[in-house]
Amino acid sequence: MFSQPTEDAANTAEVTEEELAPTDLEDAVDEPERVVPAIEFRDVHLSFEDNKILDGISFTVRRGETKVILGRSGGGKSTTIRLILGLLKPDSGQILIDGEDITEYSEIEMMTVRAKIGMVFQEGALFDSLSVYDNVAYRLHEQGVAESEVETEVRRMLKFVDLEDAIDKMPAELSGGMRRRVGIARALVGDPQIVLFDEPTAGLDPPTARTICELAIKLRDLEDVSSIFVTHEMKNLEYLSSEYATVDENGEVVFEMEGEKICLINTEIVMLKEGKIIFTGKDEEFAATDDPYILKFVRGK
Amino acid sequence: MNLLKKFLFELQEITNLIIFAFLGLFKSPRYLKEIIRQMDLIGVGSLPIVLLTGFFTGGVLILQTYPTLVHYGAQAEAGRAVATSLIRELGPVLSALMVSGRIGSAISAELGAMVVSQQIDAMRALGTDPNRKLVAPRIIALILMLPLLTVAADVFGLLGGGIVAKNLYGLDYNLFITSVRNGITTEDILGGIIKPLFFGLIIGSVSCYKGLSTTDGTVGVGRSTTSAVVLSSIVVIIFDFFLSRAIQSIFDIKPI
Repeated sequence: MFSQPTEDAANTAEVTEEELAPTDLEDAVDEPERVVPAIEFRDVHLSFEDNKILDGISFTVRRGETKVILGRSGGGKSTTIRLILGLLKPDSGQILIDGEDITEYSEIEMMTVRAKIGMVFQEGALFDSLSVYDNVAYRLHEQGVAESEVETEVRRMLKFVDLEDAIDKMPAELSGGMRRRVGIARALVGDPQIVLFDEPTAGLDPPTARTICELAIKLRDLEDVSSIFVTHEMKNLEYLSSEYATVDENGEVVFEMEGEKICLINTEIVMLKEGKIIFTGKDEEFAATDDPYILKFVRGK
Repeated sequence: MNLLKKFLFELQEITNLIIFAFLGLFKSPRYLKEIIRQMDLIGVGSLPIVLLTGFFTGGVLILQTYPTLVHYGAQAEAGRAVATSLIRELGPVLSALMVSGRIGSAISAELGAMVVSQQIDAMRALGTDPNRKLVAPRIIALILMLPLLTVAADVFGLLGGGIVAKNLYGLDYNLFITSVRNGITTEDILGGIIKPLFFGLIIGSVSCYKGLSTTDGTVGVGRSTTSAVVLSSIVVIIFDFFLSRAIQSIFDIKPI
């Protein structure tokens, strides 16, 4: 699907009736927004010993939507992502992926859910002992896919992140930004419909950080991927909530500013403070808020 | 109470680790290549230190016991003395301790570093069970290689003992070899091979558990490496006593 981006794939907020699970249809009559979301948190609580990490978190990520989770370090952002993958289990509450309640799933049951999800880790989390090729091919090798197929797929993914030249390198030879991009390529193998970014731009220079955001925008607008983008950098938020990707007449992907155009950029912000959600909404609402905590977060003082 | 709770918790976790690692063997994908790679690292890699340990242990056994044997006029039994203590006890235990120092530390440091750099999370996120991919091959390689290493250590120990007996005390090689052959029984050899099977399991599971339960970054890696070596060594020594007793009663070994 990555090879042929289409113009009309952008702004896919509408969800057709087929996507509604039968059980949810009745509820949907009263709550038209209640279509089956890609990810849903229902009153999730989690604490480590006496330390409350998440305190009643509820939010949804619709199909094709990017949720930017903002918050200070240690505020439970990364924990949220780890919960989605089932790397951690909540103390109470429910987590649903594609309408499927995964809260009580065992490690083995989680494996099928994880196949639908791509995860980009903070520092890339590449396997040191494997080359870039083997890292990206990891999932396919595990599934026993034929080597010729694996190679085509790996080259396609590395092209998507613009790193075809690094195919034979070892992770130790790569710069921080390249490691993140290889991490993204690895996460995108198998075309997952949900992609989770855990501070993918932390510690990167502005142009590289921009490249990573562009990849996320491309996934959102051209591939209809639902994603969560955890960050604490305001610049990322600006890119993700004010630009959209489209394909020009030459078939090249271009990024355009939303500007004054009426356009539904499919990105919402969730702001976390000490394990609680203190804001959910669009960037315009976020900019207009007078919450002192948010203002301090945005301005840094 | 807290200590007891912690002990029971760790015991439960290690048992779970072993069970999941072995259950995983019955499902594909099987990581045969990884098992062979680990066997090479653990077995071939540890051979030099284990052989050296065996050789000098055999040597020092003769060095220390020969004068006593002379006192009782039993110097012709020198081979038997070295053989029984080496094959029953010192070979398995010393090899296990050397391997736990060399391999136990390496396993827990490698897995610990993978935890800290989120590689274990990444592996799980990519749909691979680390128990099957990382833990099982290491434990299996240890279980298969430790008995072989022990046998090699035993042989080199007897060689060391023979050389010391000949060169320092002038004992004839033939006498030494005859006394070794008279001294050891099939039960001794079997016992000496059964023990390292368990020691391999202990070293593998403890080191993997310690590595995978690493917390607190790089400092944590150091801590888990230390505790992997210390814990597996102690458990090997404690287990050795009970295993020896069990083997004695199973094979009905009587005092010589």
